[in-house]
Amino acid sequence: MPIPYQIIVCGSVVPDPLQTLEPIATPTGPALKNELMLPAVLDPWAGHALFEAANLAKQNAGSKVWLVSVGPKAKLQQVMMTVAQKVPFELIAIDGPSSGFSESAEIAAALASAIRTIPGLDNSRLFVFGGWESASRGAGTTMQMVGELLGITDQFQGVDRLTVSADGSFEVLERVEGGKHQVSRCSALPAVLGWATGNLPEPPNNPQVGMLNMRTVMPALQRAKPLKVSTDGVAFASVSLPKQRRSTRIVKDLSPDAIAGEIVEWIAKE
Amino acid sequence: MPPPNTSPMETILFLAHTESDGSLSQAARESLAAAKDLTTALAGSVLVAGLVGAEVQSAANQIAGCAATRFLGVAGPDYATSRYSSDIVAVESLARTTAATIVIAPATSRWNRVLAGAAQRLGGRIDSHVTAIATEDGQPGITRWYYRQRMEGIVQRTRRPWFILLDPGCGGAWTGAPGLAQVESISPVLTDSNKRTTVAGFQSPSADQQTIRPDAKLLFVAGAGWTKAQSDGKPHPEEAEQLILGFLAQSKASLGSTKSLVDLSGEGQEVLKFMTHLNQVGQTGSTPRHPKGLATCCHGEEPHTVGWRFINERRAVNLNPNCSWAQGKADVLYVADAFAVMRKVNALLAERH
Repeated sequence: MPIPYQIIVCGSVVPDPLQTLEPIATPTGPALKNELMLPAVLDPWAGHALFEAANLAKQNAGSKVWLVSVGPKAKLQQVMMTVAQKVPFELIAIDGPSSGFSESAEIAAALASAIRTIPGLDNSRLFVFGGWESASRGAGTTMQMVGELLGITDQFQGVDRLTVSADGSFEVLERVEGGKHQVSRCSALPAVLGWATGNLPEPPNNPQVGMLNMRTVMPALQRAKPLKVSTDGVAFASVSLPKQRRSTRIVKDLSPDAIAGEIVEWIAKE
Repeated sequence: MPPPNTSPMETILFLAHTESDGSLSQAARESLAAAKDLTTALAGSVLVAGLVGAEVQSAANQIAGCAATRFLGVAGPDYATSRYSSDIVAVESLARTTAATIVIAPATSRWNRVLAGAAQRLGGRIDSHVTAIATEDGQPGITRWYYRQRMEGIVQRTRRPWFILLDPGCGGAWTGAPGLAQVESISPVLTDSNKRTTVAGFQSPSADQQTIRPDAKLLFVAGAGWTKAQSDGKPHPEEAEQLILGFLAQSKASLGSTKSLVDLSGEGQEVLKFMTHLNQVGQTGSTPRHPKGLATCCHGEEPHTVGWRFINERRAVNLNPNCSWAQGKADVLYVADAFAVMRKVNALLAERH
């Protein structure tokens, strides 16, 4: 008998990785130049978490996926137009910053508060998913704090595979040093999983899923509560782009044999 | 929740877990060096050491000469393996017992998993992937990267405790004579709920397929060009595989890959079967630290090239002299056919062995 899981995915929006990013100073701390104009995408690791959640829900009848997302409402709307075509979920939107410079503790508190408002949550069926890092802050600290705030102490980070059992236990593969995976088994839920890439490809667009999702996405965006993030106790002395540009020696006129000889000498040099 | 502490006199807790043989890793000793330097820079501050593992005495002895005023340990079978629910109890106990205001720890997978939760539990804050710790006007500050290594920030905090996860390879390791450390044992209580997770072991590629070597002197980055049609109009994935694996076997280099090549492998195409997402460097991959890097057949603009942001000496082999992977990023760009070059490189390396 499959378990009808409740799977909550935490995921924010980030600038499209192909955009040029430039930091600027503002009265409330650093920000990105023209931040509101930059096209956004769902954070890539959160995306993996969402696709894994949808796959788990599909394999276990009666399961449901929620996507809890913090970001400027307009950005969320733009991104959800795309994401909603992929997999079924119910959106819980929080109208706040998606900046990489915001405090993970503040974002975690907002996510945990939003999760607590979901009616009928059952810890014995609850997975809380997210990316193990974001492409903005890149800290890998938010999900653990969300777990702590929800009282969940079975947590896993850098997850590439989840295998569930009918008795409610599950096995997790987490990335550890040296290209290895740690294999852990947990006897019961709830649990927090910060996903690395997993093994699933991005699902193709499905217009039917999109239509179904959009019935709840737009009302969720309208209901999104504003979030003000505090910067108390933290100061950025500077934020800058790396300036170093190397002077590249371009070698065009050497034979492959000569190049190979040069490379082998270079590798051998201490 | 504790009140903010702005006193410059800090209690700095160096926090480490032992390895399977009971020793401290290179990354841990790098964090110890950073903690010791910070203690020296902040007059009146004290350094304490907190160790977690199956057995911690030999690790404490290893760093007995580090000038820590106290050595504390949480030891036992429950702490032999890396598990959030027991590790957080150990960290919380050590931080509370020492009244630590700053906690400096190596960014290992074990500490990366648990320290953010510990910071939350203790009402503190955390900075991870820190690359440097320094003081300015008597205030500590850390350096870390944002937006996937595309911009660098220096952050100062008044909130305590302040957890700092220092990335490996960013500084020198502490060295000193071993001795006999007096370890204060702490025995926090674990309940059944702290033991619901068990570590069953590790999965690793077989020895001949081991392609990720964090301690290697050279990172070899393979791009999607290896899978494209060559001068005869056909792709040669089998030869590409032989050349790359042959090079890795002889040079003991670590293998990195661009996202495009990993994605091709993940889509089930018959290309470079040993390549997985774990090899990926760059925007959604890792940014490893190695003294040297050799990129072959890599293409892409700035966002993708962050994969070798932390490689000291960089060379590239590419047919396009204007390739953004190399122009301004590499020290040397060889404009050549990587198949021909690597065939000869492997032959030369074989002669040397």
